[in-house]
Amino acid sequence: MAGEPLLSVRNLHTYFAQDEGTVKAVDGVNLEMNVRATLGIVGESGCGKSVTARSILRIVDRPGRIVDGEIWFRRPTADGGAGDRAVDLAKLAPNSEEMRSIRGAEIALIFQEPMSSFSPVHSIGNQIIEAILLHQDVDRRGAHDKAIDMLRRVGVSSPEQRVDQLSHQLSGGLRQRAMIAMALSCSPTLLIADEPTTALDVTTQTQILELMRQLQQEDGMAIMLITHDLGVIAEMATDVAVMYLGRVVEQAPVDAIFHAPKHPYTRALLRSIPRMRSRSRERLTPIAGSVPHPYDRPVGCPFHPRCPDFMPGTCDRQTPNPRTVGELHTVSCFLYE
Amino acid sequence: MSAATTATAPLLRVSGLQKLFPVRKGFLKRTVGHVRAVDGVGFHIDEGETLGLVGESGCGKTTTARCILRAIDPTGGEIFMRLADGSVVDLGTLRESELRPLRREMQMIFQDPFTSLNPRMTLLDLVGEPLLVHGMKSRREREERVADLLRRVGLRPEYMRRFPHAFSGGERQRIGIARALALQPRLVVADEPVSALDVSVQAQILNLLFDLQEEFRLTYLFVAHDLSVVRYISNRVAVMYVGRIVELGETEELFTSPKHPYTAALLSAVPEPDPRVRGKRIVLQGEVANPASPPSGCYFHPRCPHAIEVCRTQTPVFQEISPGHLVGCHRARELTLAGVE
Repeated sequence: MAGEPLLSVRNLHTYFAQDEGTVKAVDGVNLEMNVRATLGIVGESGCGKSVTARSILRIVDRPGRIVDGEIWFRRPTADGGAGDRAVDLAKLAPNSEEMRSIRGAEIALIFQEPMSSFSPVHSIGNQIIEAILLHQDVDRRGAHDKAIDMLRRVGVSSPEQRVDQLSHQLSGGLRQRAMIAMALSCSPTLLIADEPTTALDVTTQTQILELMRQLQQEDGMAIMLITHDLGVIAEMATDVAVMYLGRVVEQAPVDAIFHAPKHPYTRALLRSIPRMRSRSRERLTPIAGSVPHPYDRPVGCPFHPRCPDFMPGTCDRQTPNPRTVGELHTVSCFLYE
Repeated sequence: MSAATTATAPLLRVSGLQKLFPVRKGFLKRTVGHVRAVDGVGFHIDEGETLGLVGESGCGKTTTARCILRAIDPTGGEIFMRLADGSVVDLGTLRESELRPLRREMQMIFQDPFTSLNPRMTLLDLVGEPLLVHGMKSRREREERVADLLRRVGLRPEYMRRFPHAFSGGERQRIGIARALALQPRLVVADEPVSALDVSVQAQILNLLFDLQEEFRLTYLFVAHDLSVVRYISNRVAVMYVGRIVELGETEELFTSPKHPYTAALLSAVPEPDPRVRGKRIVLQGEVANPASPPSGCYFHPRCPHAIEVCRTQTPVFQEISPGHLVGCHRARELTLAGVE
């Protein structure tokens, strides 16, 4: 069914029970992603954007656990198109056969730190080959050729030699390219990119973003792009979800987020960042306070202690629910209730 | 224009600064070559001014900063600093014992507020330590001074008996700033002071650095890779590439009409937080040159979209092409490069 989203996360809760208390890393996240779309997830440290991604892939580290919610993912048909059979990933066992056939093949992940995401003792080629052999019906020779093909596609020069190198022999940009080659080797329908360019220099970032855009055009996968950088979001995303302390506070098409933001946090965030186009030595408008400690979550709307539009008696008592305020535009804020 | 027209000498003048790290190989650890981390860097900073030093990782910006503070010893070059009494000394040639009394005039703010503060020291000890080292023996006096410093950086003095772990990243960076300001320095070297902070907190710290500069007439050398942050804080900007400054000028001029193709590429690479201005990026090919075996001629030529034959063979001269605007590019006068609007 063409109109159905590729991925639909409903009311997801992922908690980490620890001696000091429970960290509600993801506390009621709702997200929708369409086929071929690029959903940018933006938020500061501790907002739960990475845990959301890890929950979708069912690779949340212990003691983290999905305690509530649904993650509906539409599995592709044999010809690669998005099929109409949806599975609730939250209900699958993390090590079940079905989850393993999805993870890495239909949903792939690229991490922020390419240095620590490759094994230091196996050649990058062997690691890509392993991924191909696991999910595809090819022999080792075929997988080897495919790995070289993928490295060439992501712009690694002389891939025949690079395929036998260890990850520390590559530069940061090349490692991230190899990471992308590995992630895309099984033609996923959803690529989750968790801060893919944060560890890279800005000119290398341009190369990698350009590469991701080009590969998306060729392969037609959807990309969930997780970052704290609003510039990268504006550059890449078709839709944006803004997260704060475990919740999506606003989701909208990219133009609405940047030009008609509704949530006070989104607005404040956009005002606070230094811009290339602003004149030098012009004062910034910061957001008061800082992100609360995860054990110390505010009651009610998580943003209320820092919010310029705080309404006493409402925001500090109840938690706002997502409201539709425009086309594909939802906000969780009492200003709109 | 900056304060360059005042009659006094600049607070800091660096010329021909060089730092080579030996590359050793084999059983006998023989030196087989050198990493030219900083290779002939020169600039000046006037009192009360902020010079932004930008470049990508490995370009030598941090090494330059550390050489100036003599956290490491430069291989060559001169670092002239004008002291409070008006005399000018070459920091590069002083011995450690001669340097110690001068250290209070120059302080550093570090990137990572999580690792740069000793977790076993209270705020009072952290901020008061430099006071003690430089002779403020009375504990009461120190407490008063620390309380005052904490207030200046926006922290409550009641917290002075707490340990750093009780504070957020932004608050820790404030502690680091209070510590750096304890001795009333004149030169503050800030090495990526906001890049480890959350976006919403960056603005607080940048505004604070700004206010403190006005209040205490501080001079900043601001090392960063984030160009939008550098634009916000700096009067003038120096762009480094593989150990050399390739362009230096007034912030507005450098951002709006860059003269070096590398500066133009860097500026265009920063994604603007506005989906309506997407695209038109200069995508540089290849990677930053290895400072242990840099290319011939202009170090940027293998990646430069405007390179011609002379760029491959001759090192460009770093020269002034308009007042206060210096560029190291053979084609600086003929190229028209786009900056930010």
